[in-house]
Amino acid sequence: MTEEIKVTCLHDRHVAQGALMSPFAGYDMPIQYVDITTEHNAVRHKVGVFDVSHMGEVEITGPDAAKFTNYIFTNDINAIKAGQILYGMMLYPDGGTVDDLLVYRVDDNDYFLVINAANIDKDVAWIMEQAKNFDVKVDHQSELYGQIAVQGPEAEKTMGAVLGIDTTDLTFYTFKKLEYDGKTIIVSRTGYTGEDGFEVYADPAIICKMWDMLMEAGVQACGLGCRDTLRFEAGLPLYGDELTPEISPIAATFGMFVKLDKEGGFIGRDACAQQKAEGTPKKLVGLELEGKAIPRHGYEVLDGENVVGYITTGYHSISLDKSVAFALVDRAVGALGNTLSVRIRKKVFPATVVKKRFYTPNYKK
Amino acid sequence: MSKIIDGLYYSESHEYVKVEGDFGFIGITDYAQHELGNVVYVDMPEVDDEVTAGEDFGAVESVKAASDLMSPVSGTVVEVNEALEDEPGLINKDAFENWIIKVQLSDKSELDNLMDAAAYKAMIGE
Repeated sequence: MTEEIKVTCLHDRHVAQGALMSPFAGYDMPIQYVDITTEHNAVRHKVGVFDVSHMGEVEITGPDAAKFTNYIFTNDINAIKAGQILYGMMLYPDGGTVDDLLVYRVDDNDYFLVINAANIDKDVAWIMEQAKNFDVKVDHQSELYGQIAVQGPEAEKTMGAVLGIDTTDLTFYTFKKLEYDGKTIIVSRTGYTGEDGFEVYADPAIICKMWDMLMEAGVQACGLGCRDTLRFEAGLPLYGDELTPEISPIAATFGMFVKLDKEGGFIGRDACAQQKAEGTPKKLVGLELEGKAIPRHGYEVLDGENVVGYITTGYHSISLDKSVAFALVDRAVGALGNTLSVRIRKKVFPATVVKKRFYTPNYKK
Repeated sequence: MSKIIDGLYYSESHEYVKVEGDFGFIGITDYAQHELGNVVYVDMPEVDDEVTAGEDFGAVESVKAASDLMSPVSGTVVEVNEALEDEPGLINKDAFENWIIKVQLSDKSELDNLMDAAAYKAMIGE
């Protein structure tokens, strides 16, 4: 028996626009409308819009909302005020990653969590389970929201000129709620591309209307294909590749989002503290290859003859015109500047350990 | 609708062989290049390498994915299309003009196992 594939509110539009569709995280999603390179470059140099309605939303409210949210989240929500957003992870007690997510601080007793589509069922069950001993209400709202991401250097201009939404008051990782067609929508200065940009959460009918307005204005529709090339270049992890139940944020070297010393602790805190003190056996590194061959997920990384790890994500980078990758390798061989190699089918290509952020993001701080 | 050329031999995995005397020029079909999208890299064997019918000899890659190249015939590589090293997108411009390897055929009877243009056209449903 196969599970029925889900669709977003914009699905009919993608099909009508002739997008190449493919299953992703249980949804039939657009991979590309024109081609990945064109869509990637639109976001890097102008503006593009993504349907990200498959993402999940959970709202946590109640007297213990702050305490509880901080308990399941690696970052410290006491470090932000209402209207601000934090990125971080939910962890298992052993430090493995349940998911990575955004937490929007709506007010002191109200937190809006944005989780990965592939993990919605798992995350909601996990959050419910942990919530038992807290005075909170966990409200799963994924069905209430459609979501688009308007990304690129012209995103602010596009939000104003095409959608009539003034975003000049929003800095990076802040949000506001506003009335739009009689309904409350959420607009944040966030994204997953390494460019300036916004994400809009709204009633599906409003999201469809916005999509039509953006198309009419000639904004490039962008699929999940370039979403992956863009996030990868900017050094951002994808759950399932760089963060998994086996890969902790410490091993993935995203320790900056793990606040070991925050008040009250959090699930997975002790495991992370130990990993940080002792070093994880494997760590995530950047690799730059010689030549044009493309390292793909799962390819072996070698130190001489020995297999020391594997590629988690790799591309011939569109913005850099180089073959680069993230790889999970033995800590001992992961020092910057070290020379390793990658097996690509029958050949082996030299690769140098480099910083994971291949492209310098252009955020509006 | 994809371009299909009469007189070539076609494989189920969308490679073609254009035979000239004892030699075969092997590439991917127009249908295959269209399905793959923009080709950004072609992994080719070296001259003097042996290729075997039904076994992979390299790959064509789009931004998103690598697609193995399966040799429709056996033989020895006598030439690779070096132009594809600098401009892999030539395959998208004309997949039949821009063959990938030239092979000295070791067993011409293997060609009998391949499809002609009409059979290939039927297979891809056009």
